[in-house]
Amino acid sequence: MSTPPDAAGHTPVVVIVGSSIGGVRAAQALRSEGFRGRILLVGEEEALPYDKPPLSKQFLVGQWDADKVGLLTEDAAARDRIELRLGVGATRLDVAERRVWLSDGADLAYDWLIIATGASARPSPWRPGSGVHVVRTLGDSGSLREELRRPGPVVVVGGGFIGAEAAATARALGHEVTVVDPMPTPIGRVVGPEIGRYFTDLHHRHGVETRFGVGVERIEGEAGDLRVGLTDGSTVQAATVVVGIGAVPNDGWLADSGLPLDNGILCDEYCRTLDAPNVFAIGDVARWFHPRHRERLRVEHWTNAVEMAVCAAHNIAHPEDLRAHSPVEYVWSDQYDWKIQIVGRPTQGSRHELVGDLEGEKPRAAVLYTDDRGRLHGAVTVNWPKALVQCRRLMTGGAGFDEALERISALGGASGHPQEGVRETRPGTGERAGGA
Amino acid sequence: MPRLKADFEACQGYANCVDATPDVYDIDDDGVVVLLKEEITEAERPRIEEAARSCPVNALWIEDE
Repeated sequence: MSTPPDAAGHTPVVVIVGSSIGGVRAAQALRSEGFRGRILLVGEEEALPYDKPPLSKQFLVGQWDADKVGLLTEDAAARDRIELRLGVGATRLDVAERRVWLSDGADLAYDWLIIATGASARPSPWRPGSGVHVVRTLGDSGSLREELRRPGPVVVVGGGFIGAEAAATARALGHEVTVVDPMPTPIGRVVGPEIGRYFTDLHHRHGVETRFGVGVERIEGEAGDLRVGLTDGSTVQAATVVVGIGAVPNDGWLADSGLPLDNGILCDEYCRTLDAPNVFAIGDVARWFHPRHRERLRVEHWTNAVEMAVCAAHNIAHPEDLRAHSPVEYVWSDQYDWKIQIVGRPTQGSRHELVGDLEGEKPRAAVLYTDDRGRLHGAVTVNWPKALVQCRRLMTGGAGFDEALERISALGGASGHPQEGVRETRPGTGERAGGA
Repeated sequence: MPRLKADFEACQGYANCVDATPDVYDIDDDGVVVLLKEEITEAERPRIEEAARSCPVNALWIEDE
């Protein structure tokens, strides 16, 4: 076991700022990894730590209550000797002094700091009197959930993961729904425009209207009576508007810390901030050096936050055995009757092949992406977790496209008939998916 | 000896567990987790526990007996 009190009797302290999935999993992983010092978990919200993916799905639709989205009970925290400091945000960091200041005026000294402050919903640039919602926190989702109890049409601005999930949820609750996005195929940012069209069809098949390729110019009125003015001159009526236009990293409180920031906190491959090796950053707020891709990335995926949490915890507990964070990207999204799972970086490829088909009810299919050198860049699976597992393994193992295609085709069980030939696709340039 | 448990109804096939620890977790054709072993040793507990905590729907946990 590592990190007992040192000879001088000092008990080592890890302070974790941020009590969402990354912060909580880091605290737990520190114990699993044998860290015996103090762990302080600081969270800005009063609520016990909770998980975010259900906030646009099971919680929003009313299927799950607040308890069910909990990440850490007081009992579980006590069992792992995680000291909770909830309802206080971090306001300032002094790297040289190894101290972080909190919004209640207190300050905490640390030996190691893990920054897991996440990202915030990009605020709506349109501010009518009321009725415009984002979906990021439990409070956001709770107030939208209340509003969706009343009848009336819903406009969703943003056709990415959060927008699509919110649209599917509102539709399941019986609302008329319109999704607006300036991109012709919003999910095309992640899966390429050609496959993106199937996602547009998915909305239509469930009775949701799409206004893609059109921007929002203004939103006027108030909850129950909103007018959404679009750039093509048309107006859509809404009782409620949901805005899902991305997220921004919560790194503003570090502006005078001296830590290098660039749309996120810059880290090395071990999740350590540059110049301050005892300060780690994980999850949505971290822009770390991905050793295999040889570039700095900020990834807003749930799984990435968990994996970075484990990596940082390991590197704190076992500094003699540093582990690099070199993941194969993975994100899922549940929309209507589609379980969508995406691995790797599909849009880094230049063409793709579909195993199975993506039409009709409950399809089961996989799309594999490659380039002119036969490399496997990523895969999208729909309602086919078995294929997803295989694709993740193939990506991790560095398999080529032909081998991957053969393996996935051999699994059997895809819907329809495998399409023949390889279709050309011109992927968009966006690299990141939203958090799903 | 600690025992690995799963809520097979809750499992949604997100498959983080399988990816992290393929010698312990697998997935069936319907996308539901399969436990390849249930009795686990203290030595292997950390990585199995970390994989369990990578489940987005908390379908996996370890019970001490």
